[in-house]
Amino acid sequence: MSPKLKLSCCTSALVELRSFLQRSLEAYGFSEVDRHQVTLAVEEVCTNLIIHSHASNPKEVIYLEVKELEKKLAIEITDKGDAFNLLEYEVPDLKKVIEEKRKGGIGILLVKKIMDEIEFESKNGKNTCRLIKKFPSTFEP
Amino acid sequence: MLQLERIKEANRDILRLIGEVDASNSVLLDQSMQEILQQGATFLLIDGSQLAYISSAGLGVFMSYLDDFSEQGIRFAIFGLNEQVTEVFKILGLDRLIKIAPDKSTAITLGNES
Repeated sequence: MSPKLKLSCCTSALVELRSFLQRSLEAYGFSEVDRHQVTLAVEEVCTNLIIHSHASNPKEVIYLEVKELEKKLAIEITDKGDAFNLLEYEVPDLKKVIEEKRKGGIGILLVKKIMDEIEFESKNGKNTCRLIKKFPSTFEP
Repeated sequence: MLQLERIKEANRDILRLIGEVDASNSVLLDQSMQEILQQGATFLLIDGSQLAYISSAGLGVFMSYLDDFSEQGIRFAIFGLNEQVTEVFKILGLDRLIKIAPDKSTAITLGNES
């Protein structure tokens, strides 16, 4: 069965998200560094949705599901409302972020560097972002 | 959960981060850094030996001060990060923009360079 989580749209729920991911990622032979990074990537996407798509409204929710595919793991993040397509998001230049003293904008850069594949679809008001990480070559399901 | 401890030591200010920095609490890190700088700090060290996790919200706080540090000649270094957190700094190339040391004495030496 694939692990699922219903996450309330407030940043105080991020602690719960991390412990869910740490638990769910244990079974696949990822190194501690990889588990840490995948957790971070998923959190970055969820933080963006919580703050920008849902205005930190705790009554709104995001759904997560961890799915084992062939040779890779997909973390599916689903929400309703304004779509945030991170594939179309132009990643800022690090130097510019520093110059402009911006405190945001680098989260998606982390996601793109950490994950092997990113998929996004928006259908009938439902947005799905799939973050995919290949299993380590030593892992046998 | 994030706990922040401030330690004054010789000419240095040390800010110890205990726990996890994410979008829910990065503002606390920002406030502490701001306070320390407003009080005229010239050498700021971040003790990350008890930092278990940091997301882009926290990294962004450090990045937003880098220009001020170089303009005002404030020495800045981070030390004691665990392997996982160090890797996160490296993914973004922040290890080339921020002095990162394994321990406090190396951080002091690095901070005093340049």
